[in-house]
Amino acid sequence: MIALAALIGRDIRIAVRVGGGALIGVLFFLCVVVLMPFAVGPDLKLLARLGPAILWLGALLASLLTLDRLFMADNDDGSLDLIVMGQTPLELACAAKAVAHWLVAGVPLVIATPVLGLLLNLDALPTAVVALSLLAGTPALTFTGMIGAALAVTLHRGGLLMAVLVLPLSIPVLIFGVAASEAAITGLSFAAPFSILCALSLASLVIGPFAAAASLRHGLD
Amino acid sequence: MRLSGRGISCVRGGRDVFSGLDFEACSGEALAVVGANGSGKTSLLRMIAGLLAVGGGSIALEGGASELTIAEQSHYLGHRDALKPALSVIENLAFWRDFLGGEANDAMESLATVGLDHVVYLPAAYLSAGQRRRLSLARLLTIRRPIWLLDEPISTLDAPGAGMFSNLMSDHLRRGGLIIAATHGPLGIAASELPIGASP
Repeated sequence: MIALAALIGRDIRIAVRVGGGALIGVLFFLCVVVLMPFAVGPDLKLLARLGPAILWLGALLASLLTLDRLFMADNDDGSLDLIVMGQTPLELACAAKAVAHWLVAGVPLVIATPVLGLLLNLDALPTAVVALSLLAGTPALTFTGMIGAALAVTLHRGGLLMAVLVLPLSIPVLIFGVAASEAAITGLSFAAPFSILCALSLASLVIGPFAAAASLRHGLD
Repeated sequence: MRLSGRGISCVRGGRDVFSGLDFEACSGEALAVVGANGSGKTSLLRMIAGLLAVGGGSIALEGGASELTIAEQSHYLGHRDALKPALSVIENLAFWRDFLGGEANDAMESLATVGLDHVVYLPAAYLSAGQRRRLSLARLLTIRRPIWLLDEPISTLDAPGAGMFSNLMSDHLRRGGLIIAATHGPLGIAASELPIGASP
């Protein structure tokens, strides 16, 4: 338990220090969402209709952007060797790293959503629903993305490959995330897509660490 | 305790690096793995550390803690120092102490031993290559593990640093530790040699 807390604490500390990249994801999110109204044009109704989808797309791309460094940095400086050699099961260590990544890269996206909702002409309720669905859905993005990040470690310079590998896995999250968010606008059922979104997160929480650890073990060199 | 390997072979990228290698080291003994560049010294250490699949043969440890693997009782000191440039010297060391767990010595004391007590709060990014290596050595001192797997441990150390390190290794052996080191130069301690690869 101490070991996992130490790992989470270290990763958060590195991320928030100079050059750590905790803000890169949220800045990218900001760029995507700020540019969208200029691209769509001055149609407020259309903007509000597209709002949840734009926010979800921005969040998805932002989390993909920062995920590829999840194991790469530890592999480059030799820390990964020592993590593998430790008494902590590699699956738990992977889960701890993903939790740390979600805290520094996923949670800021959720926090930024209400501000960015204003730019997209979203009312209070739809904005809150989007933020809630992001809170439920971003763990799934992190934990499935972790599998791709672990694969990318074994293939040097696999940054773009990671995005290609992870994209299909994140499509269900996107579909149900947007469906849950739009329920507030269209008046369709919110509970069904939101439950599936939560289920996706919980499933990836279990599968992700095992798949990533297996990939790391297999790819050690 | 006794660490031994029987008939180990290593294949890297389709090329036979070495085969049929036997070695043995007991508590209080140091084994110096010597050989030309590319003869498989690092690969052998990584196999013992469980970081590389053993190509053939077997590696066994007798008399260690039975519930732990060889890797969990070993320190591996590789070419890369496993330091985070954004964290300070003490933060780096404290992280490995907390993560690796087990019996630990005082981190500040270890830093004083390796001569880093004046840069405790300096980010590791500003350390020189020799200082980075000294910080890695402090990890070996802080977390007590009986087997030390060292890959070119003194290549970046200055003369006083190398002397300090051979004293540390002697202390470790005296306490019943076991050292396997890949090296090109003399280690500064009594060690039996394990030639590896084609003899020159």
